[in-house]
Order: sequence, then C-alpha cells, then structure tokens
Amino acid sequence: MKRNIPLILAFVSGLIVIFSEFIPHRPFSSIVDSLQEWFMIISGFAMLLGVMSLLRMNAAKVSTRSPDWQYHLIGIISFGLMVLMGALWGMEEQAGILGQGASISAWLGKKPFDYTYTHVFVPLSATLFSLLAFFIASAAYRAFIIRTLESNLLMIAAVIVILGRTGFGTMLTGWLPESYRFWHLPNLADYIMQYPNTAAQRAIMISAALGVIGSGLRIILGIERSYLGGDK
Amino acid sequence: MPDLMNTIGIWLAAFFTFCIFSFLYRDNPFYKLAEQIFVGLSAGYGLIYVVYSTIVPNLFAKLSQDFSGNLILLIPFALGLMMLTRIYPKTQWISRYPISIVIGTSAAISVMRSLKTDLLLQVGATIINPFQGSTASEISGNLLVIIGTLCGVYFFYFSKKQEGLAKIPSKIGVYFLMVSFGATFGYTVMARISLLIGRLEFLLKDWLHIIN
Repeated sequence: MKRNIPLILAFVSGLIVIFSEFIPHRPFSSIVDSLQEWFMIISGFAMLLGVMSLLRMNAAKVSTRSPDWQYHLIGIISFGLMVLMGALWGMEEQAGILGQGASISAWLGKKPFDYTYTHVFVPLSATLFSLLAFFIASAAYRAFIIRTLESNLLMIAAVIVILGRTGFGTMLTGWLPESYRFWHLPNLADYIMQYPNTAAQRAIMISAALGVIGSGLRIILGIERSYLGGDK
Repeated sequence: MPDLMNTIGIWLAAFFTFCIFSFLYRDNPFYKLAEQIFVGLSAGYGLIYVVYSTIVPNLFAKLSQDFSGNLILLIPFALGLMMLTRIYPKTQWISRYPISIVIGTSAAISVMRSLKTDLLLQVGATIINPFQGSTASEISGNLLVIIGTLCGVYFFYFSKKQEGLAKIPSKIGVYFLMVSFGATFGYTVMARISLLIGRLEFLLKDWLHIIN
C-alpha cells in the first residue's frame, strides 16, 4: 500500500505525459496541462521542504553548541530577515502582506528585499564565484601537467581559447598576413569552439540523452524505486 | 534619504566583498560570517522567489479569485502539504505520494525532451554533407564534427570491452573530448576572471571613485 500506490501514481502520471506527446488532443492535452501545473505547485512545496531541512540542520548545530555555532545562528537570522522582508513588502512588482511598502521604498530607494538583494546578496555571490579565479590557477597547474597526448590537447585548447578571447591574443598573432587568417588566435579559438568542441558536446548530449531515456523509463515502469526510500 | 541609503548599500557591498576576499589569506571569522549570511540570504531569496513566482500565481491567486471553479487545485495543495511530512521520520511515507507524481511527471518530460532535442535533433544535425562548405576550414570542420560525434558516442558505449581495433575510434573520441574539456576550462577561467574584474571595478569605481 505504502509502496505500490506511489509506484502506480508515477506510472500513470508518466504515461499520461508521454501519451500527450503522441496524442495532442483532449483529454490528454488538458490532463497534461493540469499535471504540469500540479508539478510546479508541488515542486514549490519541495523548495519549502529543502529550506525547512536546512533550517533544521542549522538549528541543531546552534542548540548543541557545535563548533562555529554562532555563524550558523547568523545564517538563520539572515534567512529569517530575507523571508520577513519579502513577505511583508514583497519583491519587485509583487506586493507583500503590507502592500507595496511605498514609504519604506521611498526611504531606502527600493523595497527592503530588493535592497538586500542588490547590496548584499549580489556582491556576496559575485565575489564568492570570482574567488575561484585564484584557485583555478592551481587547478590549471594540475590539469596542464603535460604527460600524455590527451593532457597536451587539453592544455593547447584551453590556452588557445583563453588567448583567443583577449586583446593580448589578438595582438600576438595580429602581425600574420591576411592569407594566414585562419591561424589568428581569435579565429583559431572560434574554430575550436565551432567544430571539435561541438562534436564532443554533441557526443556527450547524445550519450546522456540515451541515459536519461533509459533511467526515465525505468522510473516510469517501476524498475527504479530508490526515490521511495526505505521499506517502512 | 535614498542617496544616503544607496551609499550605505555600497559600503555594505564593499565590506562583504572584502570579507570574502579575506579567504585568500586564510579561513577567518569575517569569511565565515559572510559565507553564512550568503547561505541564509540564498535560502530566503529562493523561498520568496518560488512563493511569488510559482505558488501564489498558480495556487493561491486562482483559489482566491474563483474558489469553487478551481477546487481541483486543492489536490496539488494537499500533495504539497504531504510533501512537508518528509521532515519527520515517522510520517515520511506520506511524502511518497507527491514525490511519485513529481518523479513520474519529470521523468516523462525528461524522456520526451531528451528524445527530441538531445537525441533526434543532434543526430539530425550530424547527418550532413561535409563537402557542402565553401572554404577548406568549413569542410574540415564538418568532417571533424562527424568523426568527433561518432567516435565520442562510441567512447560512451560501455556494453562491450573496447580492445584491439575497436579501441581506435574510442581513443579518437577521447581526443575530441579532451579538446572540448580544454575549451570549456578556458571559458570557465575567462568567466571567473570577468567576475573578478567586475568586483575590482566595483571597488575602484563605485566605492572609491578612483576610476571613471
């Protein structure tokens, strides 16, 4: 009961979506529209579940006074503030519980949620990702140690693409005559992106698609059941 | 007042930028503070965004406008609430029902999308006349696309051991994959450096007004 009904639900919902692709008429078309709307609503609640799980984990660290618990408390507070601001005054054009918050928006220049997003969230995320520019140098050293033909190809392609996308790369090969235009670094970088890169990406896409189709069918047919969890 | 608050906002942004960059020296309380604030804000932003862009327009707005006409929406609402039971081990089994609908629907959508865009379209795009190009580089490129795609797909065929002559196309496929990974790596490096330049530009232009 606890396992069979979910398996039947997955089978029926999956089959309806697949049928609707081949029979784009009522009732399949209307059922699949409703099903996709339901899918979005339930996925929204799944996001709420994820946030609840994160909060629970952080709250456990705070309550047990685990190492660095103060930082986890700050994480919970910043989460609470963001949610509170969004719920009370809304975001962008959306109104919150207290409406559009005209007075506070006039004072801050933006809604509190958007103010925090622009001045705290965006700088934090951009700086965190830019930090990788430093660490990628050590990764590059490890990746580019030339031992085999494969690592040679990897390094040469990366260097050509990096140089080809900068003014320095253009300057390096800018002196080459027009008849050797193909060997200009920007053109060489374009060639690599357009042909060998496309070929490899296409191979990955085709192979991954076969994998997705196989695992999707396994889920719909009830062969793959790991998403149901334990037996209880 | 908005100007003052904007200035405060820029100082806040500069403070958090330095907090994150302080990690380049070593892990420290300022970095940990900024990291946890980022985690909290990300979760809060994600939740509010989902509520306003998905749950409110698809569920609550429709129910408040015409409750009796949208009674059917109470089913996904109930399934959504059932999803939350996963948080407690004793009631976890209830969440299997909504999860199975989400998994079944998303699996079918993925199957159909992969079949159409990733398989049929890509295979169709590879079946070309390589000599239709007008220049030598185009013709060689078309040949590379055909050979690279075939050999790359062959490399991912794991059902039979690749040895002897059968290893050659697989090896060629690896070479194409390596070139692609190198190009992707180059692109990633450029993207990260662009972000770094963006942060430095913010510090020197918006915060310190050193450059125009």
